[in-house]
Parts: sequence; C-alpha cells; structure tokens
Amino acid sequence: MTPRPREAVSGLRVYTLLLIAWLLLPVAVMIAFGFNDAHGKQNFRWEGFTLRWYAHLLDKGDLTTAVLNSLTIALLSTLVSTVIGTLAGIALGRHRFRGGGAANLVLLMAISCPEIVMGASLLSMFVTFGVPRGYPTVLAAHVMFSIAFVAVTVRARVARLDPAVEEAARDLGAGPWTRFRLVTLPMIRPGVVAGALLAFTLSVDDFVITGFTGGATVTFPLWIYGSTRTGTPPQVNVMGTLIFASGALIAVVVARRTAAAAGPQARDR
Amino acid sequence: MTSTPPGAPADGAGPAIEFAGVEKTYHARGETVAAVRGLDLEIARGEFFSLLGPSGCGKTTTLRLAGGFEEPTAGEVFLDGASVTGVPASRRDVNTVFQSYALFPHMNVFDNVAFGLRRRGVPKGEVKARVGGMLDLVDLAGRERRRPAELSGGQQQRVALARALVNRPRALLLDEPLAALDLKLRQAMQVELKRIQREVGITFVYVTHDQGEALSMSDRVAVMDEGRVEQLGTPREVYERPATRFVAGFIGTSNLLGGEIAEAGPGTAVISYGPDGRIEVPVGGAAEGGKLELTVRPEKIGIGRDRPADGLCRIRGTVTEVVYLGTSTNYTVATAAGKDVVVFSQNVTSGEDVAARGDVVWLSWDPRHSYALGEPR
Repeated sequence: MTPRPREAVSGLRVYTLLLIAWLLLPVAVMIAFGFNDAHGKQNFRWEGFTLRWYAHLLDKGDLTTAVLNSLTIALLSTLVSTVIGTLAGIALGRHRFRGGGAANLVLLMAISCPEIVMGASLLSMFVTFGVPRGYPTVLAAHVMFSIAFVAVTVRARVARLDPAVEEAARDLGAGPWTRFRLVTLPMIRPGVVAGALLAFTLSVDDFVITGFTGGATVTFPLWIYGSTRTGTPPQVNVMGTLIFASGALIAVVVARRTAAAAGPQARDR
Repeated sequence: MTSTPPGAPADGAGPAIEFAGVEKTYHARGETVAAVRGLDLEIARGEFFSLLGPSGCGKTTTLRLAGGFEEPTAGEVFLDGASVTGVPASRRDVNTVFQSYALFPHMNVFDNVAFGLRRRGVPKGEVKARVGGMLDLVDLAGRERRRPAELSGGQQQRVALARALVNRPRALLLDEPLAALDLKLRQAMQVELKRIQREVGITFVYVTHDQGEALSMSDRVAVMDEGRVEQLGTPREVYERPATRFVAGFIGTSNLLGGEIAEAGPGTAVISYGPDGRIEVPVGGAAEGGKLELTVRPEKIGIGRDRPADGLCRIRGTVTEVVYLGTSTNYTVATAAGKDVVVFSQNVTSGEDVAARGDVVWLSWDPRHSYALGEPR
C-alpha cells in the first residue's frame, strides 16, 4: 500500500467515526432509555438511571407474548426458508431447465415487490380462500418472502463453484447424498449462513406483511406500533437492546469465522 | 449388478480399456453435434496412452466416456473386458485427474487424498498408511494439514494425482493435467508423471492438445480430429509417418508438397518439376498423370548450394526467410513443389549461415522421408 499523507488519514478517520455515530445514534438512544427511571406513561425525558426495567422485563404479559411470537416465527421461517431456498439456489445455480428462467424472475419479483403490495395481496388471497389469519399465515408469509433471499445468495455461491469438484467426488466413489453432505454443502455453507441471517433479520422486524396477515396474532413490531398511542413502556427499549445485542454478537461471530476460513491465503512454496 | 465388480478382470490378458463402435452425440439448440464418431480403440494394460488433438476433437469426451461422466449414444466401453454401460462413475474402477484439479477446498491434503479410500470403507490404519505412502510418492510428505489454497499450482496438481492414484485404479484418466502450469513446471511434471507411471505400473490415459507432451511421455498416441481417431501409433510413427494431412499439420511442422506423377513404378512414384526438381515417394498404386500429396519433416531436409546426389529427392528454390535459433537455423524456401518449404538445419559448424535471404538453394532428402498423404489420384 502506498503511504498516504497524514491529513488525509485523519480526515478519513473523522469521516468514518461520524458515519458510525450517525448510524448508531438511534440505537444508543434506545439503549440509554432502557435504563431511564421514567415514572409517567412516556419515556422521552431522562429522569435518572435504573435497572428496574431489566428486573421487570417480563411484567407486560402481552409484550412478552409478542416478543416470543416474533422470535419463534423468525426461527421457524428461517429454518424452513433456508432449506427450501438452499435447494432452489442449488438448482438454479447449477442447472439449466425448463421453468428456470421463470423461477429466477419470480425470485427477483419477490425481492423487489413493495411490502405493502405483498401484504395487501396476501390478505386478499387469504380472505378469498377463507383462511383464518393468525400465527400460521404470518409464518407462511415470512417463509415466502425469505425463500427468495436465501435462494439468491445460495445461487450466487453455487454459480461460482467448479462443477468438476463434484465430479471428482463422484469419481472417488461418493453417492449423491454423500456428495451433497461432504462436498457441496460445505462449499456453499457461507452462502447458506448469509441467507439464513438475512431471512432471520427480515422476519424478526417485519411490520407491514405481518400487519396484513397476522389477524389477532401480535408480534414485537406490531406491539410497539400499538403502544405508541398510549405510551411505549421502557421494557420495549430493553427488549430492543437485547435483540440488538444478540444480532451484533451473531454478526461478529460469523464475520470472525468467515475471516478464519478465508484467512490463510495461497502462498508460493 | 452381477457379482463381478465393474471393471474386474474378466480374463487375464485383454486391454485395460476398450472402446467398441462408440458414438457420442449431443443435442444443442435443435442441432445434433457428434463429439465422438465410430471410435474403436484398445488401450493396453500399463500403457501410457495419449489422446492428442485440438480443442473440440472429442478427446475429453472420450476420456469422460471411460470415466463414466458420459454415456455413449451407441457402442460400448469395456474396462478390463467387462462392459461398463450404465455403471455410474462412482462405481467404476478408474479415477480421473481433472484439468482444474477439482480438489475439495474445505479439506486438507490428507482428507482430500483419503476421500476415495474412506468411501470404500478401507480401515483407518490402512488409510493412513496408503495416504502417507502416496504423499511420499508425489513428494508432499509433511504437508498433510495444508488446505489446497495454501499450496502452489504444482503442489495442487500432485495432490490431485495422489488422490486418484491412492485408490489403485485399473486406469488413471488425466484430462490436460498440466495445462494450468507454467512452462518450466510443466516440463518438470512431465518427467515426474512418467516416473510415477513407471513406479505404480498403472495404465495412464492422458488427454492433451500439446503434441510435445504427447510425444515425450506416451507409449502410444491417438491423434484425434472431429471425433475420429486420425492416426494411432507410437510417437515416432505418428511424427515421422503421419497418415493424414491433418496429422502431418497438427504434429510438429511439416511440409505439404504435391504435384503430378511423372513416373510410376511398383511401390514408388516420382513427381518432377522440370530439370530442377525430382521427388520420389514410396507409395503403391500410383499411375502416371495422377496427383499426389506428400509430406516431409523439416529436419530431414538438407539445404546447400551444390546439386545433390542422384538418389536423393531434390528441388530448387529461393530462400525467403532465415531464422537463427542457436542450436539450429530455420530456412523458409519457396519452391515449385510447395510455396513455403521449411527446413530445420542443425548448426553443426560455426560461422556463416548456409544461405541468406534471396539465395537460390538446393533442397534434398532421402526418398524414405517422403510420406504420401492418402491415395494417389
């Protein structure tokens, strides 16, 4: 790397720090007000430090239910959409087949379609077919939009694989299942993990589609939206802080493992 | 499956691999493309056999038909006398070294090499011993824990070789294994491959478009073009006595000459070019007045200022190009028999070149080095 003038380096550093601060400011406010000793219904003015809200985290029963709904829906939809999306991604990345083009187009549409359109059309479909709205319909909707994201990330990974590697496994006596388990899956794992993280993130904070398809089922984002009229309790900040912290933790772990896997670069003998 | 494992010897002798009337056609965009046509080929046990040809000649398809990655459209492939039609690649007793090496990037060297043995349930201790022995053979001992990405191109190549050979296949199929290496390493690996083949005694089927590689390493070479074997023989045979125009042009540099037959005798034909040219070709069935094409290798031709002796083929021409190459000098000479006759002349004596651009010279060679291409017409 060529040495850069000192001013340019410090200028870049200031810019980077400003950018990070700008991105993290709302999060910092959320975390801080989880420690606010608020006494009224509102939690907008700093009234002193307390750990009270952490101790009474589960006091609001319907909030706890909403968070649990969000987490279980996110986990289940991630699981299902990762399996289906991975298989679809492998098929689309590896093979040319009738309907492949249409499948790619549908994936692109599912990603680019405005949520409000998708939510409204899901609702009218469920109403038309007389499907009662609730937990299962939310789950189905989340699986649907997550599949596209998983399939696209896995497809990109598969398209870069050398088909000869699987042929080599075949040549060395591995049947289809062994090939998938020992060769294909480990090679596409980064794509699968990235897709799964994306699916989880999209599901856990989805508001629009859940709002249309949820019926009486309330998730964390829906509960917060409902609470803004009467005053959002500090427990929301605490829940938000915990979700953010676990998300950040997962991101760090994944990033480090990816770095470790790609770490030892090819060197000359 | 029958009780005989695929590729198991049906008898003691036969060829290691046999192609009988094998055809392979592909359908692409409504068109039928023939990759391999009417292939009949026997590859002997322990032989270093090369399939040589330009890209698209069907050599890789032929290899993949033996490996089980393609099924023939017609005809049959036999491994050690047993038909392998319908036997999947995973159950054929041959192994492939791929052009891209196709190592498993997420496994270390040891696990890569052990892959085939583990699939066949070879006991742990034996796996360790055989992998270790194989890594010794390819000079990679001590690098068991490295990932493929941590190895150089040449080392990766040797891992690929070890991974295939450790299974002790009945034949090793190599698909342009050295194409990705630079020249020096490629030459070193050619010697290495030959040594390994001698040591393990396994049949090697080697696909290449590099004639130098094929000639230097092989016991026999099949020169392929457009899905057909143009010529089959030892390197010396295909080089010195090319059977077709294609082989003559593809392997080495060769001079294509031609003309009208002036005299025809039993087993010989003479083309003459006035008082300055007389080319004798050992060929049967020639008739006076017919046309004949022939080839002569550049290094067989002598170049000089004096009229050659009577028994030799001779022709006069004008030097159009002189290229000094250290050990030899290449002359290009325009003659009545062929426009650009190339002559490789060893620089036996130091000093001046035999001829300079624009000089009129005599070219001569022994009639035994004239090879007729096809039948006289």
